[in-house]
Amino acid sequence: MTQYTAGTYDVIVVGAGHAGCEAALAAARLGLKTVAFTINLDSVALMACNPSIGGPGKGHLVREIDALGGQMAINLDKTFIQVRMLNTKKGPAVRALRAQADKIAYQYSMRYSLELQENLDLIQEEIVKILVKGQKVIGVVTKTGGVYYANAVILTTGVYLCGKIYVGDVSYNGGPNGLFPANELTNSLIDLGFEMGRFKTGTPPRIHKDSIDFSKMIEQPGDKEIIPFSYTTGKINREQVSCWLTYSNEETHKIIEENLYRAPLYSGQIKGAGPRYCPSIEVKVVNFKDKKSHQIFIEPEGINNSEMYIQGLSTSLPVDVQIQMTRSVKGLENAKIMRFGYAIEYDFVIPTQLKPTLEAKKIDGLYMAGQINGTSGYEEAAAQGLIAGINACMKIKEREPVVLQRSDAYIGVLIDDLVTKGVKEPYRILTSRAEYRLVLRQDNADMRLMEIGHNIGLISDDRYKKMICKKGMIEKEIERLGSVKLTPNSDTNEKLKKLNTSPINTPVTLEELLKRPEISYESLKELDETREELPSEIIEQVEIAVTYEGYIKRQINQINRHKKMENKRIPEDINYDDIHGLRIEAREKLKEVMPLSIGQASRISGVTPADITVLLIYLEAQKRKRTSG
Amino acid sequence: MSAVADTIAAISTPIGEGGIGIVRLSGDRSFQVAKKIFKPRSKRDIDKFENRKLYLGNIVDPETHEVIDEVLIVFFKAPHTYTREDMVEINCHGGLMAQKKILDLTLRDEVRIADPGEFTKRAFLNGRIDLSQAEAVIDVIRAKTERALVMANRQLAGGLSDRVQDIRKNLLSIIVHIEANIDFPEEDIPEADLSHIKQEIEDTRVVLDRLIQNSGAGKIMRDGISTLILGNTNVGKSSLLNALLKEERAIVTDIPGTTRDVIEEYVDIKGIPIKIIDTAGIRRTKDKVESIGIRRAMDYLDEAQMILFTVDASRNMTDDDLYLIDKVKDKFTIVVLNKVDLPLKFEQKTIEELLPGKKIVKVSALKEEGIDELKQAIYDAVEQEIGFLDEHAIIAGERQRQVMQKAKESLDLAIESMANQMPVEVVELDIRQAWEKLGEITGDTVSDNIITAIFENFCIGK
Repeated sequence: MTQYTAGTYDVIVVGAGHAGCEAALAAARLGLKTVAFTINLDSVALMACNPSIGGPGKGHLVREIDALGGQMAINLDKTFIQVRMLNTKKGPAVRALRAQADKIAYQYSMRYSLELQENLDLIQEEIVKILVKGQKVIGVVTKTGGVYYANAVILTTGVYLCGKIYVGDVSYNGGPNGLFPANELTNSLIDLGFEMGRFKTGTPPRIHKDSIDFSKMIEQPGDKEIIPFSYTTGKINREQVSCWLTYSNEETHKIIEENLYRAPLYSGQIKGAGPRYCPSIEVKVVNFKDKKSHQIFIEPEGINNSEMYIQGLSTSLPVDVQIQMTRSVKGLENAKIMRFGYAIEYDFVIPTQLKPTLEAKKIDGLYMAGQINGTSGYEEAAAQGLIAGINACMKIKEREPVVLQRSDAYIGVLIDDLVTKGVKEPYRILTSRAEYRLVLRQDNADMRLMEIGHNIGLISDDRYKKMICKKGMIEKEIERLGSVKLTPNSDTNEKLKKLNTSPINTPVTLEELLKRPEISYESLKELDETREELPSEIIEQVEIAVTYEGYIKRQINQINRHKKMENKRIPEDINYDDIHGLRIEAREKLKEVMPLSIGQASRISGVTPADITVLLIYLEAQKRKRTSG
Repeated sequence: MSAVADTIAAISTPIGEGGIGIVRLSGDRSFQVAKKIFKPRSKRDIDKFENRKLYLGNIVDPETHEVIDEVLIVFFKAPHTYTREDMVEINCHGGLMAQKKILDLTLRDEVRIADPGEFTKRAFLNGRIDLSQAEAVIDVIRAKTERALVMANRQLAGGLSDRVQDIRKNLLSIIVHIEANIDFPEEDIPEADLSHIKQEIEDTRVVLDRLIQNSGAGKIMRDGISTLILGNTNVGKSSLLNALLKEERAIVTDIPGTTRDVIEEYVDIKGIPIKIIDTAGIRRTKDKVESIGIRRAMDYLDEAQMILFTVDASRNMTDDDLYLIDKVKDKFTIVVLNKVDLPLKFEQKTIEELLPGKKIVKVSALKEEGIDELKQAIYDAVEQEIGFLDEHAIIAGERQRQVMQKAKESLDLAIESMANQMPVEVVELDIRQAWEKLGEITGDTVSDNIITAIFENFCIGK
């Protein structure tokens, strides 16, 4: 292959999926000359699996991406065809938005944003090699011999690395949705000394809308009131499309059991670990034998096509079994399958080889984001892409990297988990992974993160000012509620009685009343007649802050303790072999992860509190040696 | 400025030596906490105490006003102290039980038990200990940690671990259900029933409370080491008990079978509380009343932590003696050869051969000879066998107790949140905290377990 010099950029992004798009946009928006490569221009921001974005943890990530100046929320607001707020019966910390996107519209809208972006080139090419000089990345080589130079390279290759498709006993090298795999890049990574792992994921069949009998299913419409994902989006009035719920049955399960010997998951063909939260139907049937039926959601893939996604029927059984099993489901008796389900195996980079900035420890300027780091999910990918894009720029501009802590954002939890603990299955964010869940809410991502986004340069002054103004209004209103005292008289107590709450004997502030579980801000109006009407997002924040004040305070105290440990930095050039008194297991783990802080070190499995004490004493000794000259 | 903000306390002298020990505090709150429990003997204002001077007074439980011990107290003002923080040393006289109680009293107002070697660690981090000693400091901490671990494990072998494990399992199943509801709202998982959860939490709290009452050194300190005086009729068991008690409690006669009931008495041996159980002498007999007593004695044989097997050296060994020798040979036993003031009918060697490896002490209970030797033997044996006489062991037990206490408080908060109709994720916060806290006892705090358990218990897969 003849090579030629094709171009010089500041930042190269390899892959234009959900991670790649965010990385490329962030880099270009920060003023750096950027190029994004995709294996197929028609699969930019492809939603290769389900047509939905959001849900608990994931919806939080989308809001955080928005608060930091990413694109996902804005793009989703433009293209969703249904939106729902989940967990509304639970508290505010775990409420989460989830939307059905029009896949094609989502993809092309995102691609168009990239095309319109200043400083950004989008090129269809497969990258086969990473160029490194010493321990620093200098560029990439395309399959057709093009050599591109750059100061930073961000790998966002998704499931394409040595992708292998399985459908029954048929298997072949391939990417998702009939796309090409990237077979050569893995070798380049191995040559650079990276340790690789192999995971598996899968997808269900898609069927033609007109072959479905919806009358036998339960309709799942969107919310009446649409709440957008992005803080920049105004009110949305849009006709929404429903999803449909049906169930598998004993007949379905019998078909699966009888054909298990033909399932690559059970015949030993597939070796990579799959995600436990998204098992194929054959795994569900085998692992939960007592369950006579499983939920199956029928979700539209878009408005201008007839494809319907069968959530819950992910499978790599042979095609004939897929047809039989699908048609055994109520309402799908005459289903016409348009695409068949498959499993895909792919290579990923063991993520403990990355710094919390998502830069590889071994190679300067090489960043990785998304499924290449062993995660799954569009939202997880986009979040990492944004952070990798930002940090590549910070490095080039010689600015401080952006590392969000576990107490700052779900993004912080996600990345810390990856680089500190590694992955045993495709990693998905869950709210239960966030120890500071009460503070990390989807309703306050703007107030948590916009300042950081503004400092980075991805949030405009205008957006930032709006957020500050909102914050001010919230604080002012809480203060006012705390200062307005009701006197115990018959008029007041009559009103309280109407609100089904106990009367007062001593003067009580509106804030104290709002703390009562039976009182809402709305119902307080009776006793607070002269109050100004406030926007609903302000009222929501006031209610949360007052009702959960004690709990939030406790969590903030915990966060302060946590931050103390996070702020105890470990120098990057530390030599763990020099430290007397570390147990061998701890030494090996610390050498592998190379934590940036005492806090991070304490989260590594196999490192005990006594090891942390030893480490603290060593660091103190080193510090004294340095200061004493 | 100290690098670490919270205040720690520990018993910091080897225990047992003459019963004198020091309870030490370090940190910002040390003075405040010590002043709350110390009542000076003189009328002097405690706030005007001079730095680094010994003052005599009592430690008094501020709630019950009970005097715990007469002590000498010293206040050390930072930074000229071992840890460079404010420190207090309380020199106690009343033996182990008093030291433990004093430590308990200090563990309030956010004071916590020091980690192994933590005083030394603070001394170093605060610049008190020379750089050249860094390695030595690490060794001290390592050694103390290992020791504490061994002690904790030894105590855990007593079944605490299993019970804490059970509690954690209960809590985990509640947490997992709530988390599955939260993270997978669209799966067909039934919503966790809050009233059911409330009942579970309340039940768990009761179990935990009982465990706290009976935990570690606490139980031994409160209940004593149950010690059974076992022997045939008229070998002088009651006289032995009286000699140990120095009081005439049990009826002493030379008619076999006078002590028909079980007698429990407490004796403090160098700070260790020993609960002595004196039973009817064992003699296989047709006498019904006595055989009930004997049966009861045999019950105690299984429950007792230690046995003082008493043999009358002034008469020949009987079949009944041999029967008992067989019963005690696998137990934690001290052999008491009684009536050595009389002409001996057999040699000590005979017993040594029958009960190899057991400590043998010669006494004359009636003449109170050899009683001090017996006490020393009991003390040594307890230290060796139960090992709780060590400061590390006490602290390990106390730490476990404190952990359980904290867990219980978290459950209280969870119950309170439910009463206030807080949403489920707020309630879960404290349940999870209790679960995590208890993990410190079982040595397992990985929260990944929650996620694993979700997938094991619920079919997730939308």
